[in-house]
Amino acid sequence: MPADFAADTAPGSTKPDAVLTVDGVFRKFGGLRAVDVAHLEVQRGTITSLIGPNGAGKTTLFNLLTGFDKPDGGEWHLDGGTLVGIASYQVARRGMVRTFQLTKSLARLTVLENVLLGAPDQPGERLSRALFGGWAAKEATNTEKAFSLLDQFGLTDKRDDYAGSLSGGQRKLLEMARALMVDPAVIMLDEPMAGVNPALTQDLLHHVKALRDEQGKTVVFIEHDMDVVMDISDWVVCLAEGAVISEGPPEHVSTDERVIDAYLGSTHGDHA
Amino acid sequence: MDVGKILIDGLRAAVGVPAAAFAVSAVGLNLQFGYTGLLNFGHVGSMLLGAYGLAITVDLGGPMWLGVVAGIGAAVLFGLALGYPTLRLRADFLAITTIAASEILRLVFRSEFARPLTGGVFGIQSFADGFFALNPYPDGVYGLGTFRFDERQLWVMTLGWLLVGLGLAATRRLVYSPWGRTLKAVREDEDATASLGKNVFLIKLQSLMLGGAIGALGGMVLAIDQQNVNPDFFQPIVTFYVYTIVIMGGAATITGPVIGAVLFWFLFEAMDGFVGAAVELGWLGPWFDSTDVGPIRFAVFGLGLMLLMIFRPQGILGSREELMIDAR
Amino acid sequence: MWALALIGFTLLGPALPALADGELIKGVHEVRDGDERTPVGGVGVDVFVGEEEVGSATSADDGTWSVPVPGSGTYRVVLDVGSLPDGVAPTDPERTELDNVDVRSGQEKVVRFQLGPGRVVESDPWARAGNLFIVGLRFGSIIALSAIGLSMIYGVTGLVNFAHGELITLGAVITWWFNALLGWHLLLAAIPGVLAVAAFGGAQERWLWLPLRRRRSGTVALIVVSIGLSFLIRYGVVLVPFGGIPQSYRQYAIQEPWRFLGLEATPKTVAIIAASIVILGLVGLALQRSRTGMAMRAVSDNPDLARSSGIDVDRVILWTWIFGAGLAALGGVFFGISEGVEWQMGFRLLLMVFVAVVLGGLGSPYGAMLGGLLIGVLVEMSTLWLSVEFKNVIALGAMIVMLLFRPQGLLGQRERVG
Repeated sequence: MPADFAADTAPGSTKPDAVLTVDGVFRKFGGLRAVDVAHLEVQRGTITSLIGPNGAGKTTLFNLLTGFDKPDGGEWHLDGGTLVGIASYQVARRGMVRTFQLTKSLARLTVLENVLLGAPDQPGERLSRALFGGWAAKEATNTEKAFSLLDQFGLTDKRDDYAGSLSGGQRKLLEMARALMVDPAVIMLDEPMAGVNPALTQDLLHHVKALRDEQGKTVVFIEHDMDVVMDISDWVVCLAEGAVISEGPPEHVSTDERVIDAYLGSTHGDHA
Repeated sequence: MDVGKILIDGLRAAVGVPAAAFAVSAVGLNLQFGYTGLLNFGHVGSMLLGAYGLAITVDLGGPMWLGVVAGIGAAVLFGLALGYPTLRLRADFLAITTIAASEILRLVFRSEFARPLTGGVFGIQSFADGFFALNPYPDGVYGLGTFRFDERQLWVMTLGWLLVGLGLAATRRLVYSPWGRTLKAVREDEDATASLGKNVFLIKLQSLMLGGAIGALGGMVLAIDQQNVNPDFFQPIVTFYVYTIVIMGGAATITGPVIGAVLFWFLFEAMDGFVGAAVELGWLGPWFDSTDVGPIRFAVFGLGLMLLMIFRPQGILGSREELMIDAR
Repeated sequence: MWALALIGFTLLGPALPALADGELIKGVHEVRDGDERTPVGGVGVDVFVGEEEVGSATSADDGTWSVPVPGSGTYRVVLDVGSLPDGVAPTDPERTELDNVDVRSGQEKVVRFQLGPGRVVESDPWARAGNLFIVGLRFGSIIALSAIGLSMIYGVTGLVNFAHGELITLGAVITWWFNALLGWHLLLAAIPGVLAVAAFGGAQERWLWLPLRRRRSGTVALIVVSIGLSFLIRYGVVLVPFGGIPQSYRQYAIQEPWRFLGLEATPKTVAIIAASIVILGLVGLALQRSRTGMAMRAVSDNPDLARSSGIDVDRVILWTWIFGAGLAALGGVFFGISEGVEWQMGFRLLLMVFVAVVLGGLGSPYGAMLGGLLIGVLVEMSTLWLSVEFKNVIALGAMIVMLLFRPQGLLGQRERVG
């Protein structure tokens, strides 16, 4: 666990080195405020988990922060630069990449192609270059990097298979590898453990920790399984009805009355 | 019923100008539909613009090369105009907008107020003399029996199949490039592609415009062959001929458009011959006469498209497995 | 020269039979007053292509006239109003000039000018606008009726049904068969027409779309299947038995317009508008109040949630098809009453239906109603300033503007992502 943590555990507390700050972001569906975050900071180089009962607005918050949905108000910054009104692909290029709750592997691309797609600045992605050449060198270095990522995630054997033929857990791994290929500063994982068999869960956890410890990435992730949350989080943020109701180190949040009330008060049925 | 002649007519169509022209057009649609997953139901609009761009330019006294440029330019702009408002939305919006736009394009081109430029319902004729003046084939008829072509047809076929060859080479180069990878990624999942920093909107727009330009070339080959453009040729059903060709040959395969075009025109001509003969011989009963042959062929075409999509969506030669992992 | 080229094109050309000779435009000038028909001789007709006259004729004593034309194409047929004898006038002053008379290869096209006792009314601009508004309302209600089904089927299944236009045509054509061939009164003939199409909609769902959804066919595949189906029906089921010549119903073909405050409208126009408004109201009520209607809205909003809350989703979809097809058929009958029955009428209307559902919001039945009425009035009123040939362009323009600025349509909801 990295050193100095903010001792302040009030919702919306400031952090020593915030990479992501959110101010007054809200989004209404019908009359309901699905997301309504007054202030939130995410500290660089930590694993922050986002918890909360079903319908608390966790995925919607992810969508808003990464440009996949537009808020009705508020602003948020990545490394000091505003992300308001920035298209989703631009958010990724600026260093914040997300994965999806339901894995979106590109089924009829091979595993290797999936990972290569993540590479930034490939000149061959311009139509003119694609026709007239001048991208082979970059592709070679990208491929090398892709090989090492596939190796790291144990997908080397599968690299020429269609991604659609992978198992659910392998797809989660692939999605993570693909996101890393973008080389982001912040990586946002939407329920990376959902639907994965228990044997692979440990493997995935190990990979998430490695993102922080070996690559110095900031990880924000949504997770339902409290054991997993307690195991790997440096910091936990609890959402309920769209708002941050509690945040702090895992042991703090797990004993917070408001968190327990939120979970008991909701009619949640699954902890999948 | 002369089965031999019917089959030879089929073969003639399968290697002739219609197959070549539709193969060119299908190369464009394959890029849009097969590789990018775009539901462009207005492909015939690009073909119309290609044909008319050429015809109008020459009709106004311009050179043929300028006509080619104008036709391609018009088709590219058509793609831009339709793509810009719709490509950020669900796939269905593109389908609805493009089919409406292509049909309206036809109505505008055949309308009275456009007649000074487009010739209205009469179209424009004799604009490809420059092309035929370059014909290297000596006058004469080439081939055996009923399987023959005159020097003009042969010259247009040469142009058509040459364009097909170029189209396939370009497709190959493009789909194996990183740009082609982004096309396929968009087809599989737009959100995932965007989450990796790719500008999905731009990729789709490029694919739509490039495919439209290739479709325009196909329209030009047809127009040159006939030395005639007429708005009523460019009915919405033509778009679906091209779809049938792409699907039959195998969507998102490089040679699919060619295999599909050859098969399609063989089947279409042969079926036409059989239906015509069957009606004439009274095999279908007393309810049908010769005026029903046309409608019956289109009805059979519709049925064929349905069955193809239901039972062999991977194409006549495609493998089932690759399709099974398709989540669309 | 171009006739030769045309023959060449028929090798490829859709809907162009292989032989091209003997095209002519013909008709009978007769005054209809109730059921009484009196032929009118000595009345002139001129046929133009653009400003160029290609032929003319004067009716014989039995009222018949015919003008040979150079080939298939679109002609403008103009009634020489000056040659009408006293006491005979066109019943619809707007229709003394027919702009888009399509003649197919080899066709003997029948054109009819509606003549009746009376005199020509000169209308001032305001009355003209008012009359166009009424016509637009009629066209709009027909679009609205037809569009509800398309939009709701999209709502509950995600399918944009490109064969929806054929439901419209079938409604009009089956009704015509009962009306003209079996001699049933139109109002009676419409009942089997609408019911048959409703049943056909249900059958399609049960034996085509439901099995395809069960096989997990993708949206794209389903859309392409619907296109194949539209060609199969349009050509095989309609064009072969019905033929390419437009027909009209036995009743209400010719009517003396009612006049009121300088405005005029035929009784059938008023009846179509009134009936449509009542039916649209009933549909709205059914969606709000009836169990099936509420279930339809629930499935449309969120199929998974609806399923998990105990709604039999497949049954709801089946009823949506039955109701949607029946409404489209009714729209077809009204369209047939107002503009004649023709094998391509559904496809022509489908483009307007698409515009209507996009304007109103794809998937929203109320949006389809609103969009239909708006687009009907818009395109008809546009002829105040623009050529009739711009109608479709106006409609497409409206659709594109809506997609640019409010893609979810007037009554649609912004889509949730992720």
